[in-house]
Amino acid sequence: MTTLIENPPRPVGRTRRILGRNPLGLLFSAPYLIFVIAVFAYPLIYSVWISFHDFFFTAPGFEADRPFVGLTNYLTAFQDPAVIRSFGNVGIFLLINVPLTVVLSLLLASGLNRIVHFRTFLRVAYYVPYVTASVAVVAIWLFLFNGDGLVNAVLGPLAPDPSWLINSAWAMPTIAFFVTWKQLGFYILLYLAALQGIPKELYESASTDGAGPIRSFFSVTVPGVRPATVLVLLVSTVTGANLFTEPYLLTGGGGPDGASASPVLIMYQKGLQQGQPDVAAAIGVVLVVLVLVVALLQNRFAGGRD
Amino acid sequence: MSRFQKILRGVVLFIGAVAFLFPFYYMIIGSLQTAPDPTIAGAFPNPSNITGENYTAINDRINLFQGLLNSGIFTGGVLLGTLVFGVLVGYALAVLQWRGRGVTFALALLVQVVPFQLLMVPLYVLIARDYGLSDNYLGMILPFAINSTAVIIFRQYFLQLPKELFEAARIDGAGEFAVLRRIALPLVRPALITVVLLTFIGPWNEFLWPFLITKEAGLQPLAVSLANYISNVAATAANPFGATLAGAAVLAGPVVILFIVFQRYFISTDIGSGVKG
Repeated sequence: MTTLIENPPRPVGRTRRILGRNPLGLLFSAPYLIFVIAVFAYPLIYSVWISFHDFFFTAPGFEADRPFVGLTNYLTAFQDPAVIRSFGNVGIFLLINVPLTVVLSLLLASGLNRIVHFRTFLRVAYYVPYVTASVAVVAIWLFLFNGDGLVNAVLGPLAPDPSWLINSAWAMPTIAFFVTWKQLGFYILLYLAALQGIPKELYESASTDGAGPIRSFFSVTVPGVRPATVLVLLVSTVTGANLFTEPYLLTGGGGPDGASASPVLIMYQKGLQQGQPDVAAAIGVVLVVLVLVVALLQNRFAGGRD
Repeated sequence: MSRFQKILRGVVLFIGAVAFLFPFYYMIIGSLQTAPDPTIAGAFPNPSNITGENYTAINDRINLFQGLLNSGIFTGGVLLGTLVFGVLVGYALAVLQWRGRGVTFALALLVQVVPFQLLMVPLYVLIARDYGLSDNYLGMILPFAINSTAVIIFRQYFLQLPKELFEAARIDGAGEFAVLRRIALPLVRPALITVVLLTFIGPWNEFLWPFLITKEAGLQPLAVSLANYISNVAATAANPFGATLAGAAVLAGPVVILFIVFQRYFISTDIGSGVKG
């Protein structure tokens, strides 16, 4: 009898001890957790696995033998000068894009944060390129930066020859400027959020101490938004390493002659067009490891204690 | 700050805003030109050089309606998944106490910095080859089905609601699902609009994934069919720039209008917290 009385609440107690006070939370989160495992966790591990095996596409349901090949795919990938060059290209891209993004978005955000009139109009203007599809804005830039396009018409004799997108020295920087312009609105948004968090008193005491606007920008604003700066560095680096649409469309597949090819473009060409998913996966793994290293270095030098 | 400095700041911000908007203005002008005019004069409307023909020309090549419909289905699927499952997990993360809550929250943050390039090959192998979902709306939607930034924003909003509200409803005998639907959800309506805006621009503008997974023209979202037009067909068209810009205007239009109408929900602090956690 005693067991009968004691038993009923027990299972509840045990589930609660294992799953927490509201086990329902796990049920509510189950679809999301399954999604993250299926679309992120498993493919991530699978990608690393593919890069160490001889992997090729097969018809659905067909079981093929996929032997372990060690570093062969990595060697195949990095003996190809086009792959090396694409990493160099993304390096050039990041060297232009990331500093430009940080400086411009912080300056514009601190200007927008103070302005009283036309606030909404100005913010919307800076956000519009960010919310618009890359494919649509690429179409406009193609027209603007074409050999006889408007930009060259304005520049006249100063225009580069061959024109921007077909000039091997200018193709990558043009893409870097394009992406900076396209994404800047998002980083302005992040900085605007961070600027709200700086107490007004700090500016007041800086000004009583005799600091002008430039001095207080460097000694109050810049340290005050440091966590946002770390985030902007990280997100712009990851976005830059993901570069695909722009070289694919703006420079017609990484042209001229591979001068603007990005690693993701090469992965697409090797993996899906030439049927070497294993080599493409190896490039992806190296790219992500490099991004991680860059991100850690940025965090080290810009992060402070946050 | 002196009066001069304030005026200078305003002028600089205005010049910047013009630089950001000019390409969009130029897109409209260019899409309406009978003959492309890349000179400086071409940047101003010229009544003798205006036509709607570029819109019919691009429509003949890529069926704008079908493209918009495909983009709509792709985006709609992602919105549905994000709103239904995102609200559930956001509520569980903010209000309920359960084991694994911290890990789930950490995952939602981590997922946002996983670069898609590493997932490209395995996702293609899994979705197109193993599951046979290429040229299929489901295959298009799957990798984007629940937007993690949206999850964090929902959590943030639910956290701001007073705990007593939920306690009172539970004492009155309401089940957890009823508490979520009848009490919590109506209170976070602004978050729903922010999330819809933020989630909308992802799939609507996405190019790489639907480009990989759809080979059949009738199933391609507008971004993909326009990109294919730019890289393949444009060279053979009579006024490729006019037609391309007309296509770009149709692709950009819905998002830009939606964004301008609801811009006050695109608030810096919400989205900032969504990315930072």
